[in-house]
Amino acid sequence: MTTTMTASNTERFVEVFEAFEQGLPASQPESLRQQRRQAIERFSTLGFPTLRQEEWRFTNVAPIARTPFGVDVATDGVTADSLQPFFYDGTIQLTLVNGRFVPELSDLHSLPEGVIVCSLVEALQKHPEKVEPHLGRLASFENHPFVALNTAFYGDGVFIWVPRRQVVEQPINLVLVGRPAADPIAFFPRNLIVSGESSQVTVVEQYVTVGEGAYLTAPVTEIVAEDNAVVDHYKLQRESTEAFHMATFQLLLGRDSNVSSHSISWGGGLVRNDVNAVLDGQGGEATLNGLYMVEGSQVVDNHMRVDHVAANCDSHELYKGILEGKARAVFNGRIYVHRGAQKTDAKQTNRNLLISPDAICNSNPQLEIFADDVKCTHGSTVGQLDETAIFYLRSRGIGEEAARSLLTYAFAADIVERIKVGAVRRDLEEFLFRRLPKGDIVRQAV
Amino acid sequence: MSMLEIKNLHARVEEQEILKGVDLVVNEGEIHAIMGPNGSGKSTLAQILAGKEDYEVTAGEILYKGQDLLEMAPEVRAREGIFMAFQYPVEIPGVSNVYFLKAALNAIRTHRGLEEMDAMDFLVYVREKMKIVKMDEALLNRPVNEGFSGGEKKRNEIFHMSVLDPVLAVLDETDSGLDIDALQIVAEGVNSLRREDRAFLVITHYQRLLNYIVPDVVHVLLDGRIVRSGGKELALELEDKGYVWLQEPLGAGEPVGA
Repeated sequence: MTTTMTASNTERFVEVFEAFEQGLPASQPESLRQQRRQAIERFSTLGFPTLRQEEWRFTNVAPIARTPFGVDVATDGVTADSLQPFFYDGTIQLTLVNGRFVPELSDLHSLPEGVIVCSLVEALQKHPEKVEPHLGRLASFENHPFVALNTAFYGDGVFIWVPRRQVVEQPINLVLVGRPAADPIAFFPRNLIVSGESSQVTVVEQYVTVGEGAYLTAPVTEIVAEDNAVVDHYKLQRESTEAFHMATFQLLLGRDSNVSSHSISWGGGLVRNDVNAVLDGQGGEATLNGLYMVEGSQVVDNHMRVDHVAANCDSHELYKGILEGKARAVFNGRIYVHRGAQKTDAKQTNRNLLISPDAICNSNPQLEIFADDVKCTHGSTVGQLDETAIFYLRSRGIGEEAARSLLTYAFAADIVERIKVGAVRRDLEEFLFRRLPKGDIVRQAV
Repeated sequence: MSMLEIKNLHARVEEQEILKGVDLVVNEGEIHAIMGPNGSGKSTLAQILAGKEDYEVTAGEILYKGQDLLEMAPEVRAREGIFMAFQYPVEIPGVSNVYFLKAALNAIRTHRGLEEMDAMDFLVYVREKMKIVKMDEALLNRPVNEGFSGGEKKRNEIFHMSVLDPVLAVLDETDSGLDIDALQIVAEGVNSLRREDRAFLVITHYQRLLNYIVPDVVHVLLDGRIVRSGGKELALELEDKGYVWLQEPLGAGEPVGA
């Protein structure tokens, strides 16, 4: 073989595409088939990103490029019992295993009038007119190989459609399970959430692993918030450290809409979250918060882009990171204020706490402003715990380790407190109590 | 046996010598005031007692209840009964004032062989203590010192002190920057905590506090040494005459800290 491993793996995906496409259900609309073909073509041109590319210069995906992934996946071997920790009471529950909807592990009771919550495959059969106008039109695969791969290879996903003025009280809990096989697999969940005019919906996306072994999940979630809609989204990345996770989260905000997103990452070995919000109508408000806590040799890369297209919109980003061991975090935040987007109020903050001297953080906030009457701020910090605060706690009788854990918890607390879904907040709290040394004292003290 | 015995204490921070031979004995039930101008070493002494690691003790020793205090970690000192009210209390966002206190009290109780206090008992206990410093209940549930006014922070220190039930309480300029109402509340808090088996070391820059907290002994710390000790009337004399008259016996070769 004269080609490099990277090239061969790119080709492998291109080669298996034909067979994959032939296996798609006949009901798949021609327009989407065409989109898939364009996407695989684009991927074959782009290949896997390298460190030479600006958007990937701190995140090395060579381990993905050289792993021979298969795209044929099974959905068996996952029991309801093994998913109990991820099921939340009082929620509408959908489970995907390796990117395929599993009805037996889902609970779609009590959907309000007119609300559609189903698998993407089912939605394409029953409601193509609601899916096609949006699917693949939001997240662009032009310059993103993993979005291209997803667009070519998505097998299933979740479709949520909330009609105008409808309020979905119960959170919709999506559990996306990675179930590794003997050989590495890759799967590409594709989720589409359309929140109609003046509607309201809360969605939780959990990425979890059942079993052991390497796999790649490259999900794309697209959210359309129509005028005056309110969407609250939570993502919990809690996969095993053998998982590669390359996700794109694409938001389109209509006039007066309000979307908040909380992205919590503590799992996965190599994780990339692209979060792109487009404020397309006046009065839109996007809140994009995140917390990552990584250790060992974990890598987490949060790549944010907020496009202020319309005037009078607000965006607030607060991402916080806690890094231990030899972990590495990348934060890249770009705010792009388009010509005419006057009275934009954009704020972006990234704070990082390095617990270990071997952890590395690259934080890179960027502003591009093409309007003259705007308020934009950004800031980024990388630091250690405040020794004066540690001394203060110790002087009250709290041991040093507990004091450090308490302050680490406190660092994360403003993200924790903003989580409105109780079950998600409790899961995150429990994780922190377990992870932090002397967590029992932290539990008592907060 | 004295509660606290400081012998010939020398300490420096980086290359600068700050304490140049401090001797001090505090017995149970006593209130000692330490006065002195800025830079004389008052706060350094307080911080060393609490266990701040920025200072290097180059000579001398500190015995607390007969034990070598300098060998103890700050949290062990706290559990053994030393409490320092900070000159600049630290804001700790994300940690609730009341839950933090409960964790601290239980660390201390465990160390002393007492049972941990449960949430119900603790709440009853804390409500009682709040009255001592007229604490607003809202401050109980807020993060430690976050967004507190200067007076509220100092009052919160006295509140912590009352909850943690110390043997030796060190007040590091707790009176600085307080208006007269807040000062009285702080002083009343301290007075109500006076006990035969408890001692106080009150460090202050201003004589005013000593109108409300009446000390048994007043010490003057100048340029890293205690240059004079006396009864409460010494404080009044200092108020009258300042510190300059005390500097002279030291001789011309000893500059006074700024």
